[in-house]
Formats: sequence, C-alpha cells, structure tokens
Amino acid sequence: MQEFIDRLIANGAFAGMPVEVVYALMMLLFGLVVVFGFFLPIAGVTSWLERRVWARIQSRIGPNRVGPQGFLQWLADGIKLLLKEDIVPDAADRPLFLFAPYFVVWGIVATFVVIPFSSNLIIADMNVGILYLTAVTALVVVGVLMAGWASNNKWALIGGIRSAAQIISYEIPAGLALLPVVLLTGTLSTQGIIRAQGWAPWGWFAFHNPFTFVAAFMFYVAALAEGNRTPFDIPEAESELVAGFCTEYSGFRYLLFFMAEWGNLYVIGAVATTLFFGGWQVPLWTDSVVLLNISQFTVFFLKSYLWVLISMWVRATLPRVRVDQLMILCWKYLVPIGFVNLIGTAIWMVIWPHGNRVVQYGMVLLAVAVLVQFFRRVRFHLRRARPELYYSPAI
Amino acid sequence: MSLAGYEVEVQRDGGLTTEEMTLNMGPQHPSTHGVLRFIVKADGEVMRTAIPDIGYLHRSIEKISEKVGYHGFMPYTDRVDYVSAMQCNQGWGMVCERIAGIQVPRRGEFCRVIACELGRIASHLLAVGAMVQDIGAYTPFLHALREREKINDLLEELCGARLTFNYMRIGGVAWDLPAGYPEKVTTFLDKFDPFIDEYNDLISYNKLYVERLVNVGVVSKEEAINYNLVGPNLRACGFKYDVRRDEPYSIYAELEFDVPVGTGEMGTLGDCFDRYMVRIQEMSESGKIVRQCLNMMPPGPVLAKVARKLKPPVGDAYIRVEGARGDMGWYVVSDGSEFPYRTKIRTGSFAAMSIVDKVSRGLMIADLIALIASFDVVAPEVDR
Repeated sequence: MQEFIDRLIANGAFAGMPVEVVYALMMLLFGLVVVFGFFLPIAGVTSWLERRVWARIQSRIGPNRVGPQGFLQWLADGIKLLLKEDIVPDAADRPLFLFAPYFVVWGIVATFVVIPFSSNLIIADMNVGILYLTAVTALVVVGVLMAGWASNNKWALIGGIRSAAQIISYEIPAGLALLPVVLLTGTLSTQGIIRAQGWAPWGWFAFHNPFTFVAAFMFYVAALAEGNRTPFDIPEAESELVAGFCTEYSGFRYLLFFMAEWGNLYVIGAVATTLFFGGWQVPLWTDSVVLLNISQFTVFFLKSYLWVLISMWVRATLPRVRVDQLMILCWKYLVPIGFVNLIGTAIWMVIWPHGNRVVQYGMVLLAVAVLVQFFRRVRFHLRRARPELYYSPAI
Repeated sequence: MSLAGYEVEVQRDGGLTTEEMTLNMGPQHPSTHGVLRFIVKADGEVMRTAIPDIGYLHRSIEKISEKVGYHGFMPYTDRVDYVSAMQCNQGWGMVCERIAGIQVPRRGEFCRVIACELGRIASHLLAVGAMVQDIGAYTPFLHALREREKINDLLEELCGARLTFNYMRIGGVAWDLPAGYPEKVTTFLDKFDPFIDEYNDLISYNKLYVERLVNVGVVSKEEAINYNLVGPNLRACGFKYDVRRDEPYSIYAELEFDVPVGTGEMGTLGDCFDRYMVRIQEMSESGKIVRQCLNMMPPGPVLAKVARKLKPPVGDAYIRVEGARGDMGWYVVSDGSEFPYRTKIRTGSFAAMSIVDKVSRGLMIADLIALIASFDVVAPEVDR
C-alpha cells in the first residue's frame, strides 16, 4: 500500500501537505475501511452463518426473519446490543473493565494488516509478517485476562486465568506449526510465502511433505484453541463458568468480544490458507490486473471461509475438553509433534531441496481419498436420517 | 446453612500465601438444572468440597395434600418431578388405592404403564441430552429433545398436556387410549430404536466425551447403598435392583424386560459414563415394555368407580414406584377424613444430592458439572 500512496504523492494528489500527515490520514482511512468494510461484515455474517449452519446440523431452522433468509440478523443483533445499557459493576475495576474489550478487538483487527487477499491487495507486506501475526494475536490474552480480573467476579476470574494459560500454551504449537513453512520459503513475509506456492494442490505447502501436512492440521487445532473455540472453549465454558471472562459484560462491550471471536475465525482460516493451502494463487488466466486480483480475492476468500465452516461443524459436534486434558494435549502431544515436524522438514529439505514431486502427488491423492471416504460417510448418515431432516436449504 | 467443619485452609508454600476460593455455584447457574446451589471450595481448578444447598424450590407439596384431599392432590403430584410426571401420578394413585382398597381395572393398569414408560423415555432423553450439553456438545442435546418432542406429542394426545399430565386418577386413568394410538406409538418406537444407535454414534462413544466421563465421580456399590442411591444411579454401580423387577407393582410382573446395570465398560464401575450408559439402555428397555403392553392390552374400562369424596379407613400405606430417577416412595396416613393426615414423598434426586459432597472431593470444577448431570438431579424433586 505504501507504494500506492507514494505514487499518489509523486503525482501531486496531496499537494501542499506534509508527507507524514498524508501517511497518517491514509493509515486511518485504511484502518476504517478494513474495520467497517471487511472485519465487521465478516464477523457479522459469520455469526449469522454459524447460527444457520448450527441449526441445520441440529435439525432446527435458525434465524430466518430479518432480511432474506435472516441474512441481516447480525445487523439487528448488533444494533440491539449497541442500544443496550453498558453496565459496569460497582465492584469492578472501572478503567480496566472498560478498556479490556478493545484490546481483544485490536489483537484481531491488527492481523488484517498482513493478510494477503490478493497479489496486490494487502495493507502492508511486512518482511516480518508471520512474526507480527503471532505477536498481535497475543494481545488478545491481555484483553481477556484484563476482562476476567477487572470484572471482580470469581467466574470471570477463573475464565480469564484459564484463557491466559490456554492461549499462551497454544501459541507454542501454533508457532511451531508455522516454522516448517518458514524453513521451506526462507521468508516471514506472507506474500513471499504465497508466491513460493503454486495454484494447484500439489504446489501447496500442506502437501509438500508429510511433516508440513501434519503441521497444517496442528496449526488449525492450535489456532482453534487460541481462539477459544469448541472443543477448546473452556475460558467461556457456558455450562461451567456461566460466560467466563465476559460474564459481567453487557451491551456494546459484550458485542466486541463476540465480534473478535467471529472475526478471529476468519483470521484463522486466512492464515491457514496463506501458509499451507496456496493462498490467493490462481492460474494466470487473464492479462487484466483487475480481473486477476478479483479472482485471486475470490479464491482466497473461499479457501479461508472453508476453514470457518469446518470450525462451525466442529463446534456443533464435539464436546468440550477439560482444562487438564487441554494442557496434556498441548504439552504432551502438539509440542513434541511440532518439534518433530520442524526437524523432519529440515531433513527433507536436505535430501530433496526442491521437494519431491512424487510424494506431493501422492499426498494430494491421499487427501482426495480421505475426502471421498468422508463424503460417503456423510451421505450414508444423511440417508439414514432422511425422514428427520429438512432438505430444502431455504427454510 | 452451616459451614462448620469446612474452615478455609490457609496454606503457605515458600512464602506465597494461598487460600481456597469459595465459589457460589447457583442458584442461578446455567448447568445446575433449575435452582440448585452448591457452595464450592476450590483450590484453583480442583475442588475441595461441593456442599449442596437445597430448598430453593420447596413448595410444600406434601403439606398441600393435607388441604386439597385425595382426588384434588393429583395435579400437584405432576409438580413433584415435572420431568417424568407420569410416575408421580402413578405413585399417588397407587398409594391411595392401597389405603382405600380400590382395584384398578386391568386396562387401566396397561394405560398407566404405557404412559409411564413413554414418560421414562422422555425423561431419560432429557437427562442424557442435558448431560451432553453440560459437557459442551450442543447438537446431541437438540437431537434428544427432537425425539422427546414426539413423545410429548404422543402424551399430549393421550391426556391433553405436555408437561404436567394429570393423566391418572385414583382407581385408573382419566381417559382410554385415543383411536389409532397403538399404531402411532409403534411407529414412533420403530424410529426410536435406530435413533438410539445414531445417538451413540454421534456422541456416546466420542473420544472427547468418554474422556470427560470415565473414572470421574466413581461411586462404589457399598457407597451407593450406604448413601441410599436409587434407580439408574444405583444400577450404574453394578447393583441390579429395580422396583419394577424386584417388587413388581401394577402389571410389571407379567412383562419381560432387562434391567441394565453399569459394566464399567470404559473405565471404573460406577463412574459418570456408566450412569449415562444405563440411562441410554433403559430407554430401549422402556420401548420394549411399551410394545408388550400394546400387544397384551385387554378391552374393558380404564377407571374404577371411586367415591367422589374418598374417605379411606384410618391407617397408613406406603408404596414404591420406579420413577425415572429411581425408587420413589409414597407414604400417606389417613385419619378417616377426606383429607390425608400426612403425606410423605421419598425421591431419588434427594438421595443423589447427599452423595455429591463425598464424590466431588478432589474433582475439578468442570467435573462437578458432569457429576450433577450424571446423577440426573431434578431440583423440584429434591425439594418438593
């Protein structure tokens, strides 16, 4: 984006203004565009879609009153929460209590800076992109811990402390899962990582070698845990801790927590897509830069949204793990697997510096076989439950 | 309530002073199933004790019986255990018949058993569904409620109500089965048996779910008997005792059914998973009972002739029915007037609450939720 602004300045678009002011204004503008043009609708639509997907899975109907198919439900809910009273408990630590939700939202929104939507559509292609990503998502834990502590509520405190333990623990497997890709590409820049991949599945890093394949799923699991999603939603475990760290929140601040949660879902999908599933890579099918960018954006969006849908499905199906099981999973399984992946990838690179084509094709075939088997099972179960389900998607 | 004997322990490790946290779980809490309250002493995530505090839902139901008379008390019995109200109806009906010497027509007994067993399936569906939801999976709960809804429809057709049935009367039942009812029930049961398999596929043997339940809240057979556990909670400890089988009432002696007991198939005998599985298996056994009843039903009246103002002879009577939450005892004392002199109801949930404190020591807070859910405690039945 900086080149774009530099070009505008060189063309004399902001004649008479100091360069710093132009930069500051442009940053503000892009920030607003990202928050209101992308983050808010994504979080909102994800919330609506999640409720609809859940409803289908649970043989219910779900919200279908506001707008076509209830599509505007997220707006209605958002407005309702905005208009509600923002209650601050008397015993709460007022400044911290009021400030905590912003930390959580910042942590998520800031990641959008390095998410590459297409070959040109990225706010800042930093050379430390991946590092930046892991750093800003760690802001969330500060916000959550602040919220839990400042609420002056025992349930909220337990939720906040659980959350701190969980997020900090799971940053290690998540970071370890990123490292094989960094090894392969030798860069931390998100655009650089995508450029190192191909548009076809065998060009993706997920299918580069068995270790990255495992790393892809390890990253997804660890990211779900970092994002407090079921089956790792113990910080806000509804049936145990009432609502966890957001027990005392209401109105707009409550909304912010959930906006962050649903926005985070998209971020998880986007990062997984960037690192392991080819990002925005499409075949060069046209000369027009605009058309190419649009197709790249579409491909990227669909790929990352697929992961969002998978997380909805996981959330609807799996029960919650206990806090000690969560830690066992992290430290006894994911972290060792992460180290093995890292060393394995390094050895792989020594043996086949440019990758092994046969293995890549083989792994794509394996993935396809797993998918086919999966869809057959789904079909079998749907047929068995036929009389019980609504089949029309539009109810 | 007094907390004597549970003083806060202050521990000093290496200069850092830590103390136990007293958590107040309930009476308003998402997973205490109504207004139960637990005073939890926790050291971090690990509980020292969880003392149940009961009485938030006390409505003096037993006392009310002394004012409304024998017939008039029937609707109140629905409220004793509103999740499986049919067995409460039957209990009150049976104890009044015992004390007044009334013989229920044979068809009436069949109607009672069909209604009770359908109610038992509905109650167990809610129990296993709510348990899964407390563990954190939402979908199986709604699938269970979807099936429960069908039973509610069936029972509504039978008696016009979906929760508080008031179906039975002293001397039989209020209405005979409606036309075409056996076919509807059979259709439902034909679909219900595959549903149990589907439910097991969906959640019962899910690795995460099993891990949450096995070896949690283990109750040994001796403990269960000492603490007076009844019903599925007792059978889950491996003790094969069911009032329907061992002291048969109504027509249960003529029916063939198994009494599922805990086997410790995943972990220790008597853990939360066993209590869950016993309920799952009991649902299909109840289905079997309903099928047999539908086949064996004789024609005839369903309600014996009972005086409008029932005045039983002086004396007392105690009967037991197997409610969805276990052995439910009904005791009534008559002084010869048209009002009972004293009524006492003994319920399974109350017994289950007494063991929570003992079993919960050393568990984690998340396990307490699983524990309460696995005992299938229904708050109004605890307090009455």
